[in-house]
Amino acid sequence: MGWLIFGLLAWAFGWWINHRLSDRPATRATRLAVPTIFGITIILIWEALVRGLEISPVLLPPPTQIAVTFAAKSDILWQDFVQTVIKGALTGYVLGCGTAFLTAVAIDRFPFLKRGLLPVGNFVAALPIIGMAPILVMWFGFDWQSKAAVVVVMVFFPMLVNTVQGLQEAGAMQRDLMRTYAAGYGQTLLKLRLPAAMPFIFNGLKIASTLALIGAIVAEFFGSPIKGMGFRISTSVGQLALDLVWAEIVVAAVAGSAFYGAVALLEKRVTFWHPSQQGRS
Amino acid sequence: MRNLLPVLTIVTAILVIWYAAAVALNAQWVRDQATRAGHELSLPALVEATWSQDKPKLPAPHQVAVEIWQTTGAMVLAGRGFSKRSLFYHSWITFSSTALGFLLGTALGVALAIGIVYNRTMDMSVMPWVIASQTIPILAIAPMIIVVLNAVGISGLLPKAMISMYLSFFPVVVGMVKGLRSPATMQLDQMRTWNASPAQTFWKLRLPSSMPYLFTSLKIGMAASVVGAIVGELPTGAVAGLGARLLAGSYYGQTIQIWSALIMAATLAAVLVGLIGLVQRMTLRRMGMA
Amino acid sequence: MSSNTVISAQDLSLTFQTGDGPVHALKDVSLDVGKGDFVSFIGPSGCGKTTFLRCMADLEHPTGGSITVNGVSAEEARRNRAYGYVFQAAGLYPWRTIGGNIRLPLEIMGYDKAEQARRVSEVLELVDLAGFEKKFPWQLSGGMQQRASIARALAFDADILLMDEPFGALDEIVRDHLNEQLLQLWDRTDKTICFVTHSIPEAVYLSTRIVVMSPRPGRITDVIESPLPKERPLDIRETPEFLEIAHRVRDGLRAGHGDEV
Repeated sequence: MGWLIFGLLAWAFGWWINHRLSDRPATRATRLAVPTIFGITIILIWEALVRGLEISPVLLPPPTQIAVTFAAKSDILWQDFVQTVIKGALTGYVLGCGTAFLTAVAIDRFPFLKRGLLPVGNFVAALPIIGMAPILVMWFGFDWQSKAAVVVVMVFFPMLVNTVQGLQEAGAMQRDLMRTYAAGYGQTLLKLRLPAAMPFIFNGLKIASTLALIGAIVAEFFGSPIKGMGFRISTSVGQLALDLVWAEIVVAAVAGSAFYGAVALLEKRVTFWHPSQQGRS
Repeated sequence: MRNLLPVLTIVTAILVIWYAAAVALNAQWVRDQATRAGHELSLPALVEATWSQDKPKLPAPHQVAVEIWQTTGAMVLAGRGFSKRSLFYHSWITFSSTALGFLLGTALGVALAIGIVYNRTMDMSVMPWVIASQTIPILAIAPMIIVVLNAVGISGLLPKAMISMYLSFFPVVVGMVKGLRSPATMQLDQMRTWNASPAQTFWKLRLPSSMPYLFTSLKIGMAASVVGAIVGELPTGAVAGLGARLLAGSYYGQTIQIWSALIMAATLAAVLVGLIGLVQRMTLRRMGMA
Repeated sequence: MSSNTVISAQDLSLTFQTGDGPVHALKDVSLDVGKGDFVSFIGPSGCGKTTFLRCMADLEHPTGGSITVNGVSAEEARRNRAYGYVFQAAGLYPWRTIGGNIRLPLEIMGYDKAEQARRVSEVLELVDLAGFEKKFPWQLSGGMQQRASIARALAFDADILLMDEPFGALDEIVRDHLNEQLLQLWDRTDKTICFVTHSIPEAVYLSTRIVVMSPRPGRITDVIESPLPKERPLDIRETPEFLEIAHRVRDGLRAGHGDEV
């Protein structure tokens, strides 16, 4: 009972602070503080509910237990992180986005190809590509190579479509301007069209960053060596070791946020001139 | 229509590459067989053999087409259109959890968006977590969700639908928040000059303005729902659904079965997204926005 | 065609094929522009003044007649980088600083770094933007952006300047100021300027010759030589000579427009 009252108090207190804070003019500090307090409140309520209602840790372990497991099993978590995120997701991300980018630049010179590939690419980008995972695991084996392959296939089309669209972004007037300078194809591409395409390219890179992690983890459900985040999650669920599963989820969430955040930060650096980046910060 | 010829060319090119890849990938096995049997293979015979294996590394398109026909149209003709071996049956299972998850996700997304637009505290505290929630690779913990929900006695359609819901609510929140905020300051000021109530402003200005954004998000959400439903079917022990067919196929090396389930899933996704596109065009035309 | 003719058009025609049948953007247009001239093209929208300018720049391809720039075809002139072109909007690249934008044509044309820097500071001085080199376009007002785009067109020191309603989107006060500066610039650099506008006072104030055009089909209806001196303070616009020319231009526009005005 005490835990439940504590949870209720935590909720009321968190909401009250946030309400007060959000009425004040938004500064950098409040914009950071409000979601942080919200998150802490959620964790406190979670802890209180699990303890107060005596929910079995097999169903939902309390945050403190997850933290303890996280610290105790950090070597396993690190090993899984390297296997899945670094070897699988990151390799596939770089390969997939790289080939998609080069393909886009190559087909950009042929309007016929472009008109054919854009609808097909848009169509494929909406398909459940992740279903290719079992096939690719069969082709490339159980180790990280097959996971990287799944990631390549998943990120390829979103990246391709965005880059091709971005390369068409330069305005007619600006292209006329390059013409009056008698600029060649390469110069126009380098000085005008690639910079103008950057917001689209980064949009593709951001979409691809979330897909990459998902692809690498889910592909492990179809076969993997005895390490990796997907492998650990599916086997730990079988052993009802949910605290370890949750620890893996924390790793995945942190890795995912860091990955996305890094791309977004780079975007901010590169496309500082774009209207969507201004008026913030 | 202008794009028809280029698209057909690309599709033809994909089919040609597919057939060629089937030869390349399956040739090794055919050659091994031939060496074992102790006879030489002519090139036509090799190509022919690579396109007609039982468990090829990559089945040729026509093999997949035949498999799909046998598990859909042919079974309907035989009067067993809904038997457990029919792909229609499995598609239906996947479709029902997709649809339920999509509806729940859309409802949750719209509700959250309204809260975020109208309540500053919610905007500042919830919105960052809506974004952060998407960094959790939900597909990766799908098996856990299914198992946990099973343990508390929730099984069947709902757990899978929850995964679809989680995946589809995000694009809806983001799109709807953008859409509900899309009216220009001038239009909002005009509502104020008429002393319109918040509800009137919502129904007459904000909601109609958000429609183009809503439909764009719904398409993304629907595509995500299909993926969610398929992945949600993986840990259910490969009983029913297109995801289960994928998993079963991968257990037994039935590549043709995997590919036909994959094509079926793609068709399902395309049809559902296409349907939303149709509703979008009709709605926006009636509203004079298209 | 005299020896100092810079741009020469003979029976120039340009017909666009549209869904509603052919549109005659230009029909049998003939004009010689001499070295050091300041020629304005004025007329209602659809009269082909911008199209004519784009033909000189080899941005449109005439369907009949011929055009030479510096004695060679428009395309060759473009390849020789014979002219600078100023568009209606500044069209600066948002990801480049003002200095970077002006450096853009110089980079493309392969000037070395020292020369680039020298020219950038020179033209910035010329358009009165010294000190703004490190700013980004979106940090500047519309008038300053347009001045930067003129500097960009001046940077590689082409003899011809083609300007397509460069001040059309600016307010009157800024526009007066830029007109005055443009005249000073023309005086100092001795360039040939072709200038599209739909403001009568602007055309009269700036030009040595005013070409009046009319639509359907796009053609030249009158060419007016201006007797105004090269030195023109802003208040010249109050003088009887000025008003007299303005009146002739207005008459020309009305005549070309037939009974519609």
